[in-house]
Amino acid sequence: MRHGLGSEFRGLAGCWCGADAAGDQLTPQTHKETRIKQKTRARGPAAGGQFKMDEKHCCVTLSVQPSRGLVDEKFVILVQNSFPSSLLTIYAHHQCEDGYSWHAFAHYTSDATGAVNVSEDCSTGGTYSGVEAMGLLWSLKPVPGSKPGLRMRKKNVQAPMVVTISVYSGHLTEGFGDQVPLAGVEVERWYMAPGVQRIPVTEDGLTATLFLPSGPGPFPGLLDLWGGGGQLVEYRAALLASHGIASMAIDYLTCKYTMETGKIVEQDYFEMAYKFLQKHPKVLGSRIAMLGLSLGTSVILKMAVHSQIMKLSCAACVSGSHVQPVDGFLKEVLDYFGKNSGNARFTEDNEVIWRDLLLPIPTDLSLKVDVGKLQCPLMLIVGEDDQNWCAYESAMDMKGMMERAGNNHLLTLLSYPNAGHLIEPPYMTHARVSHFRDVQSQQKMMVLWGGQTLEHSRAQEDAWRKLLVFLRKNLYSGAKSGSLSLSNL
Amino acid sequence: MIFLKKLMQTVQWFADLLNSTKRSGGSFGSSSVEKGDRDGLHGVFSWSAAMSLSSTPPILSVRPSRALVDEAFEVLVENLPPVSPFTLRSLHHSEDGDDWEAYGRYVSDHSGRVSVSEDLSFGGTYSGMEPLGLIWSLRPVPGSRTGLRLRKKDVTTPMLITISLYNGHEDFRDNSPLVSMVTERWYMGPGIQRIEITDGELRGGLFIPPGPGPFPGILDLWGGGGGLLEYRSALLASRGYVCLALEYFKTGQMKSTDMSFEYFENAYHVLKDHPQVIPDRVGIISLCLGTIVTLGLVAESTEIKPCCVVCISNIISKSPGKTLSGFHRSIPSEFNKIRVDENNHQIWRDVGLALLQEPSMKVDVAKINCPLLLVNGCDDQNWCAVETADDISKTMNAAGKGHLLTRLDYPETGHLIEPPFSPHCPAGNFIMYSSNQKVLQRYGGKTKPHSDAQDDSWRKILSFLRHHLYCSQKAMM
Repeated sequence: MRHGLGSEFRGLAGCWCGADAAGDQLTPQTHKETRIKQKTRARGPAAGGQFKMDEKHCCVTLSVQPSRGLVDEKFVILVQNSFPSSLLTIYAHHQCEDGYSWHAFAHYTSDATGAVNVSEDCSTGGTYSGVEAMGLLWSLKPVPGSKPGLRMRKKNVQAPMVVTISVYSGHLTEGFGDQVPLAGVEVERWYMAPGVQRIPVTEDGLTATLFLPSGPGPFPGLLDLWGGGGQLVEYRAALLASHGIASMAIDYLTCKYTMETGKIVEQDYFEMAYKFLQKHPKVLGSRIAMLGLSLGTSVILKMAVHSQIMKLSCAACVSGSHVQPVDGFLKEVLDYFGKNSGNARFTEDNEVIWRDLLLPIPTDLSLKVDVGKLQCPLMLIVGEDDQNWCAYESAMDMKGMMERAGNNHLLTLLSYPNAGHLIEPPYMTHARVSHFRDVQSQQKMMVLWGGQTLEHSRAQEDAWRKLLVFLRKNLYSGAKSGSLSLSNL
Repeated sequence: MIFLKKLMQTVQWFADLLNSTKRSGGSFGSSSVEKGDRDGLHGVFSWSAAMSLSSTPPILSVRPSRALVDEAFEVLVENLPPVSPFTLRSLHHSEDGDDWEAYGRYVSDHSGRVSVSEDLSFGGTYSGMEPLGLIWSLRPVPGSRTGLRLRKKDVTTPMLITISLYNGHEDFRDNSPLVSMVTERWYMGPGIQRIEITDGELRGGLFIPPGPGPFPGILDLWGGGGGLLEYRSALLASRGYVCLALEYFKTGQMKSTDMSFEYFENAYHVLKDHPQVIPDRVGIISLCLGTIVTLGLVAESTEIKPCCVVCISNIISKSPGKTLSGFHRSIPSEFNKIRVDENNHQIWRDVGLALLQEPSMKVDVAKINCPLLLVNGCDDQNWCAVETADDISKTMNAAGKGHLLTRLDYPETGHLIEPPFSPHCPAGNFIMYSSNQKVLQRYGGKTKPHSDAQDDSWRKILSFLRHHLYCSQKAMM
């Protein structure tokens, strides 16, 4: 049996899958060939390295179901037809939008039928171990030799994340580029379900993007706020719209207004966003929630308690704090943080730890939002290894305040051991440290976010599932939580 | 207290609806036709006063929302009023501009849930427990053109199907849906490469799976309708084969086509010698006219020696001699055997029966030396496919080659046995190559058994191909 390969099908960076270098193609590729020649087969490897199609593995098949899924859906990876009890490495590769290569791999031994099922079998080594259906995604790391401090975040949510999954003979830990895999497939991971509409919003002075679910509507609404890095980050709102919630991601630090005037937005900016949603023909005006991470939490808690205009159905706050001057708004909050910046510490590698900035939690009530006055359900999601913010301590303090005020029945507190600051949608990679550009000072630094990858990834999965149940319960009220099925989560 | 709260919620929700209706400029009671398109934009819907006064909007999910066309999905609705009637409807706007729909009538359970995978449809275009009924029972909406057949031409984009939920079991066309969502059905998996082959002589589409390869190859030949149809090849590539869909005559141009061995041998070599193809693992799949071509080549060509062959809806009648040419000349001699049914649809099967009586006009299947899978419908009104299979069986058994043959004969199944969940086409438009006249041919089959046959035969075809073209002894999808 002749086994040579055309050289264009060797190596990594997705070449053999016919994907272009960016790896983010939306439509399958079509080539025109005006003449198909009678080909002679290319023989042997191009550049060293052992390459001999192993006879016993010649028909190994690899499948991933579904091959096109939402980013929070599980998949099943199946290897079949390998030699029984053979050592195999399953390898994942992704080239992100910034052009960096990420990979993950795990070691398996096929069973007596020559099969491996990643959802059921144990990985004995690699970037994860144990039974981990989605390990090849959440354990993705920059390939050796990459620039430090990388963080993977999807910018263009209208195209899928493309991951190449391959199976190699043996238990490899490196040199994947020098070996030809036994089989490989491409998998698409989407933030937007079919039919979800993406609508840039610039009216009313807003810098935002609205994602509308598929269907006639109207739908419950949600305002989605990220943290101190600014920018317009769309992926979480896109994913929530795929779950039936009209979600609007808002840029409030680097928005048009701020870039043009140099001023930080005030309370009315967020109230304008709320009113925009409220009057939108496809949004149920009486069912609007807010979701935020980090600095976004500070905004949400202030608005939820103090805004006369916002009547939220519920609020969810990830890795944030209620500690802020009660008087004033965002500018005062940022000034307050700045004043305490002396509390910042540094690791041996010069990574900044900001968690002490607001510690100890003040007892002075003028320095924290009085969550005892909250009238809507609140979910707090915190990582106990958050090195960036005192989210855990703040959550404990908020719990105490609500208990004393008698409204703690509104509180759901999810606290995850060994999870860090960046609690993202499930199966996203964990960044314990990454580059960060402070919007205020424009300074670039390496920030320690915290978290241990395995526990942090578990926390992301659990928190997202519970967040969706929380949002559904409060935005689609009347549903019994037991009757809601969130399959594949 | 709780009752008052629920009442207030209901009033508030209804008020929201009224407000949103006013803002969208719509009026109660009207509806608009949905058109799925690539960007997922839909017409604005207005609300019907007849819709549920439930205090909570229903939640519809389709998983997976993006799937290959031979994969199942789950349609689930939650947050409904308990034990109430609803209709689920699918709608597809085809490339030809026609609307296709299917619908089933359901009753929610006490938790306010409808699950198409688990619940019974009480009627519609399908009934009973049918997880994929909303796909396989698709048919042209009332008022459509006649003789339509749903076939995807552009396989690089998905089929978009909108699944909607309506209140009640009455005619939903007067109502607006309560909730709907779009689902994508793909012929091409991610990473499949499509290569157009146009060198003046050879015309086709080559599909290559992702991965290092090499892979087994399949030559794909369609039937008397002509043209280039890629969807089955795209799907086979998604299942791990390099597949070449070959066009051997353009629609309506069979008369002028000289179907010489050389054209097909050329195509076979292009496939076999492709760097991504394992040269001694090449098979052929064919339907209808394609089966004469296939069987003729495999029997007589010295160049074409496939590992295995699949023939669907078999024909073995051809012009006398070794060539394939002149098929169009041999058939009209028996045109007087064409009958018409009560709908004026042409039934051709008796033409085939008459031709089967001519020994000089049959492919000599005794010369076939590779495994052969024959798939036929017992209600094939277009050709006497089962009788043809009987004839092949008799000849091969007499030649001691019976062990090579596998037959699948499906009851109440017609001529067009397509990949799973393709809508059943009982009769379709056909251009007569002798006169270029458009007629309606009856293909036969009853929708439910025909759809079951498509599902079952596809799985068996894949396991047959896998058995002979891949190493494994086991069948799998």
